[in-house]
Amino acid sequence: MSATEAARVGPFVHSVLGRRDYAIISGIVEPNTRVLDVGCGDGELLEWLAEHKGVDARGVEIIGSKVQRAIARGVSVYQGDIEQGFADYPDQAFDYVILSQTLQETRQPLKVLNEMLRVGRYAIVAFPNFGHWSVRWSHLWTGRAPKTKLFPHDWYDSPNIHFLTVHDFETLAAKEHWTVERGIFLAGNRQVSLMPNLLAETAVFLVHR
Amino acid sequence: MIVETQSARFDSISLDCGAVLAPVEVAYETYGELNSARTNAILIEHAFSGDAHAAGISHDGGKPGWWDNMIGPGKAFDTNKYFVICANVLGGCKGTTGPQSINPATGAPYAMQFPVITMSDVVRLQKMLVEHLGITRLLSVAGGSMGGMQALEWAVAFPDAIASAIPIATTARHSAQQIAFNEVGRQAIMADLDWNQGNYYGTKPPARGLAVARMVGHITYMSDDSMREKFGRRFQDKDEALPDFSKVFEVESYLRYRGSQFVDRFDANSYLYITKAMDFFDIANGHGSLAAALERATARFLVLSFTSDWLYPTYQSLEIVSALRGRNRDVAFCELPSNYGHDAFLVDVGEQTELVRGFLASTLRSKP
Repeated sequence: MSATEAARVGPFVHSVLGRRDYAIISGIVEPNTRVLDVGCGDGELLEWLAEHKGVDARGVEIIGSKVQRAIARGVSVYQGDIEQGFADYPDQAFDYVILSQTLQETRQPLKVLNEMLRVGRYAIVAFPNFGHWSVRWSHLWTGRAPKTKLFPHDWYDSPNIHFLTVHDFETLAAKEHWTVERGIFLAGNRQVSLMPNLLAETAVFLVHR
Repeated sequence: MIVETQSARFDSISLDCGAVLAPVEVAYETYGELNSARTNAILIEHAFSGDAHAAGISHDGGKPGWWDNMIGPGKAFDTNKYFVICANVLGGCKGTTGPQSINPATGAPYAMQFPVITMSDVVRLQKMLVEHLGITRLLSVAGGSMGGMQALEWAVAFPDAIASAIPIATTARHSAQQIAFNEVGRQAIMADLDWNQGNYYGTKPPARGLAVARMVGHITYMSDDSMREKFGRRFQDKDEALPDFSKVFEVESYLRYRGSQFVDRFDANSYLYITKAMDFFDIANGHGSLAAALERATARFLVLSFTSDWLYPTYQSLEIVSALRGRNRDVAFCELPSNYGHDAFLVDVGEQTELVRGFLASTLRSKP
């Protein structure tokens, strides 16, 4: 069974390239589509999608060394800031715009999401769920900014500046009148179907306008 | 790899200025083998003072090519995989027709009777050469500085004839500052009495003017950091005597050396014509805007700039990238860290090699 098939059938989610959210995302993306991965890092997901799904893969990444590695593996990556990274693209230039584990680090998440839905037909957003019970427990028990397996940083050196939960995202989607096509929730390698806001470590949403 | 410059001769070429050059000759070199499907050819574009000898060791002088660190077996432009071509530009002085060539109408060198040339003329002549070599579609056109301008021109003028373009440390059009530096060089040459309105062939060339022009050029190719590192405030001789006008800083000595060396290998009139062609270059010419021009381009792009390059700063590369993204073109862009200033694309090639290698390999995979 391939990793993508595994992602589809669950509840046990295998990983693609060592990442569970990648397995889900690669299961969502249809073959031979146009994909933009924002905050694409080394471009490994894009390379995988280009190779296995024949997608036209583009990326945006701010860190130069990662951009270099991505281009060296043949992926067309643009070195730039995520929040300005969309500006040049025409409307609906892509079928999917992927933002994986980065939304919580952006300064203006709503603006980023709106831009994703402007340049892409679908947005695929994966983020760590701040509503997970371990986070709640850590905060309640220590009375300090939560530190967990999922959020391992001290408050003063965390890249995360917005802490959102599964419910928060769903509420925003409803308010903005986005259609949530799919929501997939993960705890470890397991897909979560009950009480995702409490039990999911990672959420992956497929939304469109 | 011992290489020899070859030459192709064409009956004529019509220029943007309305003149016709007849005949016209192009000096070029090739490295590697053209595959049977003729899909692995790459055209390398030289910068302002370059020539056709881009790689290998010249059979006569034993000199390595100007981009020998990038072109060759196992290198970025891997000659085990690709057929690499490099030609001297029109107006040049290294075998391609230029101001020092004989004007058949007079039997004397053209000198300043040589018609004004543009980057689009330069590229049209290259197209003739590429077709002459039996190639209808290039895998890539690549070059730094003025070489990058030619890569852009190819992408816009002959979109179907290239699969990819690699413009490095370049611009879609010169800024006032870039034109200004070129003008200082031109004025230095023309202020030299030996220039004699361009009629110095067979007599004394304007060596002092050309040397000064080159000195200015070299300053713009380096960075503040690289000059501090290379020369600091050191004097040529070590003695700590009182200030004396004959004492020479190392940087002065270096520039004088590079200037005088240049005189032996470059023609002053070519300097005037080629710098003017660079200044005239604007990829938007005839298209209305940068975006409209680049809309014609269907190639994949790899655009590179360098952090310390103040002559062709990153913002100029970003203008190109932004226009391409605006038309949803396939473009990769990276600003590479380097202290070497504009010279980085020639000397600091470690990271550049990885990027070019990966980009070419994926281009070959996706657009056979």
